Amino acid sequence: MNVFAKVSLDLLNGFSSSVILFIFTLIFALPLGLLIAFCSMSKFAPLRVVSKTIVWVLRGTPLMLQIFVIFYLPGLLNLFVWPSMNTGWEWFDKTISTRLIAALVAFSINYAAYFSEIFRGGIEGIPKGQMEAGEVLGMTKTQIFFNIILMQVVKRIIPPTSNEIITLVKDTSLANVIGVMELIVTAKNFMNDGLLWPLFYSGAFYLIFVGALTLFFNWAEKKLSYYKV
Amino acid sequence: MAFLEVKDIYKSFGKTEVLKGVSFELEEGQVLSIIGSSGNGKTTLLRCLNYLEFADSGTVTLSGKVVSDGKVLKTLKESQIRENRLHFGLVFQSFNLFPQYTALQNVNLALSLMEKERAKKGLAPLYDKPSMEVAKELLIKVGLEDKMQLYPCQLSGGQCQRVAIARAMALKPSVLCFDEPTSALDPELTGEVLRVIKELKESEGITMIIVTHEMGFAKSVSDQVLFMVDGIVEELGTPEEVFDSPKSDKLKAFLQGLNVKEGR
Ligand SMILES: Nc1ncnc2c1ncn2[C@@H]1O[C@H](COP(=O)(O)OP(=O)(O)OP(=O)(O)O)[C@@H](O)[C@H]1O
Ligand SMILES: [Mg+2]
Repeated sequence: MNVFAKVSLDLLNGFSSSVILFIFTLIFALPLGLLIAFCSMSKFAPLRVVSKTIVWVLRGTPLMLQIFVIFYLPGLLNLFVWPSMNTGWEWFDKTISTRLIAALVAFSINYAAYFSEIFRGGIEGIPKGQMEAGEVLGMTKTQIFFNIILMQVVKRIIPPTSNEIITLVKDTSLANVIGVMELIVTAKNFMNDGLLWPLFYSGAFYLIFVGALTLFFNWAEKKLSYYKV
Repeated sequence: MAFLEVKDIYKSFGKTEVLKGVSFELEEGQVLSIIGSSGNGKTTLLRCLNYLEFADSGTVTLSGKVVSDGKVLKTLKESQIRENRLHFGLVFQSFNLFPQYTALQNVNLALSLMEKERAKKGLAPLYDKPSMEVAKELLIKVGLEDKMQLYPCQLSGGQCQRVAIARAMALKPSVLCFDEPTSALDPELTGEVLRVIKELKESEGITMIIVTHEMGFAKSVSDQVLFMVDGIVEELGTPEEVFDSPKSDKLKAFLQGLNVKEGR
């Protein structure tokens, strides 16, 4: 096998870890973020205080530190060990490692905190008059949320959310601090063989991925440009 | 007994007493204008009638039936409040149209949800035709036949307010309230909105309560005019009584202030 093909295959393998982290972080963090947002807006003060404190801690400390804590702390305190996969499918068991699962948990919690603030801002930024207009027309709170508020929130949060999501693409590289074999670390390992260019090559993976996401978000923004909020 | 009886409405926000015993009566099909300077509680009164605020005490009676009683308001369930508030409609100063919907969808939305709910509960529909038809007819009535498919951001302020009026009428409120319907409009656009309101009175005979700073309009459209000062009814009478022979000194000063401002 020639060198380029070998590097490409290895990088693709590393990239698959990054993409798995990316996709599953979004799947967990977006709904969790919405839940935290509702807690932060709750009329019940203790719930509000707790969720705002959690958000403060998660946004106030480095993600790298959170990854360390989540990976090592359960074991150090004898609480539990992160599970490993035993499907017998070698690639799968090796890719979805205990390390990747721990990183995924850290990413999901951290990004949920950021998303929750975006959602909260989006919901609270909807003028009160929209809610009131629905109310005087005899609509229920649920009807108002789903028929009036939601679409306006979606439109408002697309730009800040897409920013976060693009940051997440690049943040997945942080998982290598606990030994997840993601893209960057795979590329870096080729330096042991005296190859520098795989590092630049790995940059191209990120660029193309982010480029595709950017096109998607531009399309979504355009789709919703027929109204102003 | 009058069609609408509002009796002794009190409302405070914390320590600020905003409404201090407001009472008036209105016959079916009549128009009441509420005038007075800024911060006197006019908006708060309309919001109380529409349950956007809960009055601390006082009653509202419609055709002999109590629809709002300050004493029990806070104990009502959401469903009861919804039912009661449907007696009233409200047109906001800032329109509050739903930006993601066309003019037609704005008028249709609440009505179609309501008709679905009534059908599910086995109640007779509000109209004997599809809600979309009703919405179209209402938009034609306010002169927006050719703007139905446009979004609020594509309409002028006057057109937006006319959509808001059609939207408020869709649920057949017994009393339609307007909170300074032309205050957010450029002067050249106020005319079309005021004309629509006048037509509604003449052709539909809708009972209306209008808070307004347009004295000429108040004079010509109203059956009664209420002058409010500091949360109380300072003077109440026919337009002729209020505008041409005001009794209270405060009303005289208020009207004089307006004349000076308008350079008359
Ligand atoms: N939600 C609220 N909380 C506290 N104070 C309020 C609230 N709503 C209104 N007020 C106060 O109540 C008073 C009356 O307000 P309101 O809006 O009813 O006056 P208005 O007669 O409609 O005035 P304008 O002509 O400026 O619209 C004001 O002093 C206002 O600050
Ligand atoms: Mg007002």
